[in-house]
Amino acid sequence: MKLERRMFLAGAAAGAATLAAPAVWGAGGGKPKVVVIGGGAGGATAARYIAKDGKGEIDVTLIEPTRTYYTCFFSNLYLGGIIGLGDIGHTYARLASDYGINVVHDIAIDVDRAGRTVTTAGGDKLAYDRLVISPGIDFIEGSVPGWDVSHQDEMPHAYKAGTQTALLKHQVENMREGGVFAMVAPPNPYRCPPGPYERVSMVAKILSEKNPTAKILILDPKPKFSKQALFEEGWQNHYPGMIERIGPDFGGDKVEVRPDAMEVVVDGEVNKVDVCNVIPAQKAGWIVHRAGLTEGNWAPVRAEDMASRKDEAVHILGDASAQGDMPKSGFSANSQAKVCANAVVAALGKGKKFPARFSNTCWSTIYPEDGIKVGATYKATPEKIAKVDGFISKTGESADVRKATYEESFGWYAGITKDMFG
Amino acid sequence: MRSSNTCGSSVGRIYPDLPRLVVATVAAAALSGAAAAADIGAGDPERGAELFARHCAKCHEVGKDARNRAGPVLNGVFDRQAGTAEGFTNYSKDMLRQGRDGLVWSFDNLDVYLENPKNLVSRTRMNFRGLEDPQARADIMAFLRRFSDNPRDIPEAAPSVNVDYAALAREIGVDPGVLEIEGDADYGEYLASECTTCHRPDGEDDGIPSITGWPEEDFALALHAYKNEKRPHPVMRMIARRLGEEEIAALAAYFRRLGEQSER
Repeated sequence: MKLERRMFLAGAAAGAATLAAPAVWGAGGGKPKVVVIGGGAGGATAARYIAKDGKGEIDVTLIEPTRTYYTCFFSNLYLGGIIGLGDIGHTYARLASDYGINVVHDIAIDVDRAGRTVTTAGGDKLAYDRLVISPGIDFIEGSVPGWDVSHQDEMPHAYKAGTQTALLKHQVENMREGGVFAMVAPPNPYRCPPGPYERVSMVAKILSEKNPTAKILILDPKPKFSKQALFEEGWQNHYPGMIERIGPDFGGDKVEVRPDAMEVVVDGEVNKVDVCNVIPAQKAGWIVHRAGLTEGNWAPVRAEDMASRKDEAVHILGDASAQGDMPKSGFSANSQAKVCANAVVAALGKGKKFPARFSNTCWSTIYPEDGIKVGATYKATPEKIAKVDGFISKTGESADVRKATYEESFGWYAGITKDMFG
Repeated sequence: MRSSNTCGSSVGRIYPDLPRLVVATVAAAALSGAAAAADIGAGDPERGAELFARHCAKCHEVGKDARNRAGPVLNGVFDRQAGTAEGFTNYSKDMLRQGRDGLVWSFDNLDVYLENPKNLVSRTRMNFRGLEDPQARADIMAFLRRFSDNPRDIPEAAPSVNVDYAALAREIGVDPGVLEIEGDADYGEYLASECTTCHRPDGEDDGIPSITGWPEEDFALALHAYKNEKRPHPVMRMIARRLGEEEIAALAAYFRRLGEQSER
């Protein structure tokens, strides 16, 4: 065993020595190595496409802590009782078996960009020729006074799906009769712009079924939000009188929470609440800060291949990246991952580079069979990912159109999760 | 009598947008460039009855006591939303989807459909090659008029939703030559990554249609129809809008190849 390990290390060193001359790859016996950190919409898709398009000639390792990954997209539908938690859980079995990806369930804790290695919590040191990081979001400490991650049991964020979502669902379903559900909405930019408002819709659905005298209070630091007219129309139709939103003009931007007392203080005024969903301000996932790839809260990237502006050998995808006009969404991350995969495979001499093209569509469910959507296409410019074209659902659409949009969102979910996990 | 939003292509020529806007019918100026289209006023219902008996009656009934058979009853077909004939349960998914997306059987849409059903509804179950002769189509439609409400005022396609529609259609009109372009399936495979976020490569369809294994012409026509806003779905319009002729051909070639692979 020891001897094998030494041989492996020697091989890795030899691989590193050839970095300056990519044409040598393959000839020397060592395959180029790609490490992907994060197994969500960006990372899983990138790993799958690099392995698929590399046709066995690229070593792909995917580092993801969870064995079952719960997608944040569609987790609101679980909250609303439309689907089960199992419906949004996915494993990495096919990425390993069908695509030959080395799936490592561990946490990346350090990146040595000079030496081109990634260190995991378990002590592995993984060499890479190209690194893809798609770490999602972390919360900005202190952005909601009174709240930190240690309060996530009393006041869940549920903005990373799984146990947090289940907890919030349990709290909503067991809320006292006539109680108040409060949401502290995040400031821009954040993951999934319509997400908080779809969540309000799903909470309202549950409450209107089980607890119709309950109220929903949204505390929002933003003057306006994604698909606002569509959501407000839908709330009026399905949940009249239940939802109140306090924007920055009435103190929605001056909110403090007291998790122990279940109080929300809005511009000095104390409100007793029964369930409180705190969605703090956000920044790129921890590891890209650690790797020194951020400017401010996010990691700037080049549009044409999603390479870091600070290191061409590292690509950053999805929510964590500062790329320009695309919203932070699972669809966007998936789209960016395919552009990145094409560029990585080409850079490693295993395929042809095609021009970057991006797209995004965000579906939201207001009520079963009442779906809305917004989307756009994008192109790469030297400065950023720039919007080309777009559309949005219209207010007053017929029930048929809304039903079709709703059903389409399920088709999309099946499609994108297949695209991510094989 | 045709409205002016024609583009003389082999794809469905007319399609009302959503929401349908009622705009005064544009009467003149229309016939140029619409040589292959049936003339709404020129149909002979007696000859239409004969043609109906020959081409349509195996599957469709009209008149008093008509029943749904392999195809739906055609009473009241004009201005009916596609896929909504009462009690008819044998529609293709494509027909239902087009209906939901806003396809209404106006004179012009029905004309396009009768010319070649697949141009308008790719995977329709209507097993009919189509009628090339515009006069024959006009005749059949004149016959069908008798079984629809308000037969003197057959709804034409909603004239253009915005005033530039006709100009736009002429600008981007489809040359049948685009169907001859040999697509680069490898390029198509890269482009297809944009499609597979929603459309599943294995051909499963649940809420979003399968696009795997289609004949290349059907595939290309469908995308051009979205690109030229002949089909209403907003996401597909957006995606198709930035696809060039070569790219559409490449995608058509790739998805055809994918279908052949998965059949093995």
